[in-house]
Amino acid sequence: MDAIILQILNGLDKGSAYALIALGLTLIFGTLGVVNFAHGALFMIGAFCAVTLNKLFSLSFETVDPTRTDFLGNPLKVKTPYLVDWFGPEVGASLIDWAVPLSILFSIPIMIGIGFAMERGLIKHFYKRPHADQILVTFGLAIVMQELIKHYYGANPIQTPAPDAFRGSLDFGVLLGFDPNVIIYPYWRLVYFAFAALIIGGVFAFLQFTTFGMVVRAGMADRETVGLLGINIDKRFTIMFGLAAAVAGLAGVMYAPINSPNYHMGMDFLVLSFVVVVVGGMGSLPGAVAAGFLLGVLESFASMNQIKSILPGIDQIIIYVVAIVILLTRPRGLMGRKGVMED
Amino acid sequence: MLGLNKKDSTLLLIVAAMVLLAPFILNPFPADSAMAQFNAGYPDLMQRFVIFGIFAIGFNILFGLTGYLSFGHAAFLGVGSYSAVWMFKLLSMNVIPAILLAVLVSGVFALVIGFVSLRRTGIYFSILTLAFAQMSFNLAYSVLTPITNGETGLQLTLDDPRILGVSATADGGIPVTSLFGMEMRSTFTLDAGAWLFQFNTGYYFCGAVLLLAFYLAIRIFRSPFGLMLRAIKSNRTRMNYTGLNTKPYALAAFVISGMYAGLAGGLMASMDPLAGAERMQWTASGEVVLMTILGGAGTLIGPVLGAGFIKYFENIFSKINEGVLHQWFSFLPDGVENGAVWVVEHFVGPGWHLTLGLLFMLVVTFLPGGLVEGGQRIAKLFRRKSTEPQDGATQSHPAE
Amino acid sequence: MGILEVKNVNKSFGGLKALSNVNLSVAENSVHAIIGPNGAGKSTLLNCLVGKLIPDTGSVMFDGQSVLGRTPYEINQMGISRVFQTPEIFGDLTVMENMMIPCFAKRDGAFEMNALAGVARQRDILERAEQMLVDMRMADKRNMHAASMSRGDKRRLEIGMCLAQEPRLLLLDEPTAGMARADTNNTIDLLKQIKDERDITIAIIEHDMHVVFSLAERITVLAQGTPLVEDIPANIKGHPKVREAYLGETAAAA
Repeated sequence: MDAIILQILNGLDKGSAYALIALGLTLIFGTLGVVNFAHGALFMIGAFCAVTLNKLFSLSFETVDPTRTDFLGNPLKVKTPYLVDWFGPEVGASLIDWAVPLSILFSIPIMIGIGFAMERGLIKHFYKRPHADQILVTFGLAIVMQELIKHYYGANPIQTPAPDAFRGSLDFGVLLGFDPNVIIYPYWRLVYFAFAALIIGGVFAFLQFTTFGMVVRAGMADRETVGLLGINIDKRFTIMFGLAAAVAGLAGVMYAPINSPNYHMGMDFLVLSFVVVVVGGMGSLPGAVAAGFLLGVLESFASMNQIKSILPGIDQIIIYVVAIVILLTRPRGLMGRKGVMED
Repeated sequence: MLGLNKKDSTLLLIVAAMVLLAPFILNPFPADSAMAQFNAGYPDLMQRFVIFGIFAIGFNILFGLTGYLSFGHAAFLGVGSYSAVWMFKLLSMNVIPAILLAVLVSGVFALVIGFVSLRRTGIYFSILTLAFAQMSFNLAYSVLTPITNGETGLQLTLDDPRILGVSATADGGIPVTSLFGMEMRSTFTLDAGAWLFQFNTGYYFCGAVLLLAFYLAIRIFRSPFGLMLRAIKSNRTRMNYTGLNTKPYALAAFVISGMYAGLAGGLMASMDPLAGAERMQWTASGEVVLMTILGGAGTLIGPVLGAGFIKYFENIFSKINEGVLHQWFSFLPDGVENGAVWVVEHFVGPGWHLTLGLLFMLVVTFLPGGLVEGGQRIAKLFRRKSTEPQDGATQSHPAE
Repeated sequence: MGILEVKNVNKSFGGLKALSNVNLSVAENSVHAIIGPNGAGKSTLLNCLVGKLIPDTGSVMFDGQSVLGRTPYEINQMGISRVFQTPEIFGDLTVMENMMIPCFAKRDGAFEMNALAGVARQRDILERAEQMLVDMRMADKRNMHAASMSRGDKRRLEIGMCLAQEPRLLLLDEPTAGMARADTNNTIDLLKQIKDERDITIAIIEHDMHVVFSLAERITVLAQGTPLVEDIPANIKGHPKVREAYLGETAAAA
């Protein structure tokens, strides 16, 4: 029992990331009808927003401390972050400590800006082109974004720590009445899960309760009819693209402390997120979220030793196997709607 | 000639001449000149041109004709490589059985994967193929390590059985791949004054295979089968209501293109007998898609051009570094020079992939027909200029 | 006993009954029209005949064989060809290539792996396709891209492609929908000519009364998923039930 709970918890953070990326993919696909292979790159750029702010905050100047010497006997050079100098040691240090959560504010305008630029500059020219062309051009864009990041940040993963307050682990087992140290779960992953739930809830509430959201949902159901009503759906769709980019970016920002960001993390997540979208059902928002968590948890279960000993290698392929089985038995995915992407 | 019409025969002859004369064509600059870095007449590079040409020709039979976009074709290339290396380990260093097994095994793989994937179309098909390829990639790295040797990659060793050959040569080394005794790596160097031309057995073997593969592709394009594949791309509904079962047609195309990929993989292993899982990664699948699109999907010569173009510029661009750039831009004033170097630097050396991504976007956006369409447009421009006065006919002639 | 026998066919979508107890008999070598107001179930019925939909209950027999459970291409190979409301042709191919494909389907069946044969050497196919183009009076367009033709020409090509298979039953789904008057009249003439020159049964779904009354030998009126009346055109015109169901508003206004 405790092992199962542990696996469910372990699956939640990856599942959250899948769900957030898949949610954005589905929003874009459902509203604009575009298959966006660059969506993983947006997730990656989000993570690098956190890296950037972390680096900016830690920018330091060097001073020589004549009272101390290093091991060679030279006067010791001390690095002081500008923030500490400006705001005093306490505020400065905690600003640096909280760089990742603060990146949320920093990344939202950046991600929305990138989203708008992408949609206006590139994607809108591909609405009427075949899906293959959309896949190819966004694939090219993904390569470009990833290579730019690699150029400026290098190929190695960059450690981006969570704030000190969240660095420990929660002994989840004790809360449920198990022995101590059986179910240990890092605080930051809990934060990530809560954050993901918040964003998902926010997106759904936005679509459900605002006029804007209603029009978008109507557009997802039947674009032509909405267009006939004389509502300028295109402008709203541009905004949706920005929103989807922001969701992917935020997913990336908060993921940075879990896995040190590298330039190809977007591609790695993209392939899986596409599988998630297909399993959930192309064009279905609840499907994307449900499938994201489902596959995250399944993946985590498959990596249990007991299961691996029966089916060696299953942890590597479980998601793909599930996707293949689902596509062949339920072509529309778990919650797919009729008439979406059935050429 | 060989059952081809005049136009196709000419095309085949041109390709044959290019393959034959490549060591000269690709080495136009004297060996010690500053331009020598633009030479490409080295055996391993020429082999790569030809092998990726075969890969792209095969991919084009699926994507160019039927319109099914597979994002997992590298898996077949990888399977071909592994099969060939196993043949070298178990049977002999002769490349023929290795290549035959590579084609056969990848064909069987393609049959299984195609049978499942082709139950869906459009983006679902692309994602299914992608899923299968990633699955194979992951398995090759993990459980299948006894067959694939995991991360290290499959290599030849001194204690391989090689039933029809020797485990080790007389001087205790690992034997080399050969075609009935002709060693693939042997190279004849022609020293012509300032120029150096290299003629490599392996390259000419690959070249011969390319010509055969290209010839078969022409025959397929011009056959009723090829017509049916193009019809599938154009309108599947009409196919169904014309009494034609599209599934076996698409599956046959998928298997044929999978076998081409396996052939390319087998050749790759024949030139350098090792195989690694990274050949199966989806970025490798993306590369062949790019080659085909860049050259011109659905055209005969396009994929070969695309493969050559990408492999050539990959080689050249990767070699250019900051020092070379400063040399090039030294005629500029200092500040401008540094600026120019800073900008160009993004695109060369390790930045080659950035160039590739941009190229991909530009081609898909502005030139969906690839280099072949570009060439046709330029040719039309010239033709219009010269024929406009006497010929006002506007009847459209479809491209062959 | 007609060549096409539809017996007690029912089909519902969710709670909506699209067809209820449809019986229809189409006599061999006749022209049979199926008319009815929008939503009467004409298209559903047609889709049940060609294998796109499977009826919930009932039987559809073509020439003594059941078509139920067969795929569209199998049904086509039995001898039923379909012309669509919007012409379905191979837009990327030339007109000649378009015409060759049904010729291959007729000669080689649903699948034939002739990957090395060379289209240019298929004498019989080339001759047959050329003959069909001449019959359709579009031989001069042989090298045009099919997608670049006018709607009327696309329709003509599609009908030609269906005829190239020498079907025993030709199904036409509103063949003149969206056409200008001149194109409509050309299509009527073409269909008349086909009827006169070939041994073929034609079933036609049509909205345009002018087309129906110029061509049909028998008419079935469908309303709300059920056949109301079946009779010769002269009797249909004045039939009170038909006026009520089909021309409801017009009759009331008059």
